[in-house]
Amino acid sequence: MQRYSALALVKGALTGQKHWQRAWRDPSPKKHYDVIIIGGGGHGLATAYYLASRHGVRNIAVLEKGWIGGGNTGRNTTIVRSNYRQPALHNFFEMGLKLWHGLSDDLNFNVMFSPRGILLLGHSDGDMRRLAERGDALRTSGIDGDLLSRAEVAKLEPLLDMSESARFPIKGALIQRRGGTARHDAVVWGYARAADALGVDIIQNCAVTGFDMAGGRVTGVQTSKGTIGADRVGICVAGHSGHVAGMAGIRLPIESQTLQAFVSEGVKPMVDTVVQSMSVHCYISQSDKGGIVLGGDPDRFPSYAQRTFLPPIEQAAADAIALIPALSRLRIIRTWAGITDMSFDGSPIISPLPVDGLYLNGGWCYGGFKATPASGVAYAHLLGTGESHPLATGFTLDRFARGATIDESGDGPWPEAR
Amino acid sequence: MQQIPCPHCGPRAQAEFDYIRSLDSIVPLETAPEAAMATLWARDNPRGETAELWRHSYGCRQWLTLRRDTVSLAVLSATIWGAQA
Repeated sequence: MQRYSALALVKGALTGQKHWQRAWRDPSPKKHYDVIIIGGGGHGLATAYYLASRHGVRNIAVLEKGWIGGGNTGRNTTIVRSNYRQPALHNFFEMGLKLWHGLSDDLNFNVMFSPRGILLLGHSDGDMRRLAERGDALRTSGIDGDLLSRAEVAKLEPLLDMSESARFPIKGALIQRRGGTARHDAVVWGYARAADALGVDIIQNCAVTGFDMAGGRVTGVQTSKGTIGADRVGICVAGHSGHVAGMAGIRLPIESQTLQAFVSEGVKPMVDTVVQSMSVHCYISQSDKGGIVLGGDPDRFPSYAQRTFLPPIEQAAADAIALIPALSRLRIIRTWAGITDMSFDGSPIISPLPVDGLYLNGGWCYGGFKATPASGVAYAHLLGTGESHPLATGFTLDRFARGATIDESGDGPWPEAR
Repeated sequence: MQQIPCPHCGPRAQAEFDYIRSLDSIVPLETAPEAAMATLWARDNPRGETAELWRHSYGCRQWLTLRRDTVSLAVLSATIWGAQA
């Protein structure tokens, strides 16, 4: 792999910048791989990278139906945080957050990680008690979380409606300063380039249409580019988890729903942190280009339609304007939708499946982007060693039958309640 | 926005309706515990045609059986829950 550096840029200036190589190859599939990963999103490519770099597996293919990063990795709001209440979740996401902080150096690719702080607003005494409890839980696990007073919040985000008559009066907030945003495409490209350099075959425009099985064991996959053999197959397809697992005759505790987001025209810096709220479900941040990026609730019914419809956007926009009235003057220029794999307890599934050699990484609901490095590490550990990663032992599929769900919101087994 | 043809009220905006459950997740009373668990905790989650229980919450409040396509979002049929299809 040709390393990117300032020196290479300067040297290239003398030769008309004609020395740049392809960032990754475009190989034809081989007959057989040790590991096939279905899905060339951030999670799949990160899995391939850590499988090659940490577990020494070199004969790996990542199969992608379309182009890499064209699914949910390119359809989110790029928020990165680890401020969950439950230890099983915050310890796992914190492992990822630590990786985010060194990711650009690790991959030799600028993922534009911007730890600008996650500001979680509280609007009532109840909210503030829950925020204090969450902050305590984080600090007990050695993760940062600071409770902010009303005055501190007003100083940090002066455009928030801090008046007593606000639709959602702000009493304070919990801030996780090490959280922030990253550039989604760069994460995909960085992992793809680094994985390719370790010999991983990234095969695009290659749709999986079925599994080959023998004696209760997966032996390969059927694809639009022919049959490819494999010792182990890892499904990593987000919203399409149910569809792909269905090809192996497996039903999952997952319901696919659409999640939308939208962005305004670019303006000068006005929102410095990522603003979220305990009582209002919308999240507000400003992209490096200046657009205000907004998201809210999923569409709350099963859908594989990767397109937007207005009621959830209207809801999120109304909530955002109630928090930051100045946003009302902005025009929305783009909306998008991704298919999220809503699990029945709101937590991910990183697990072996009932077919030998077949594994699943899914159920990320609408929180998958932040998990990209941690998900890759944990799934690579499972595919490389056959054992769950120490921080992901709770995320196996059997937790539902054992009654050991990891239910952050406490809503019970309803996928649409997250 | 989509319209859903409520058999009682006629075509109405989707925002008036709530999705409740997919029909493959509804457990009949006489089901054995193990089968009930399997039904409750797993879904076909089909990419294509599906059958679901919906409610016209902000209209006539009737419970409806909807046959839908999860890719095109077309509503194939809407009948009152419990009525013969």
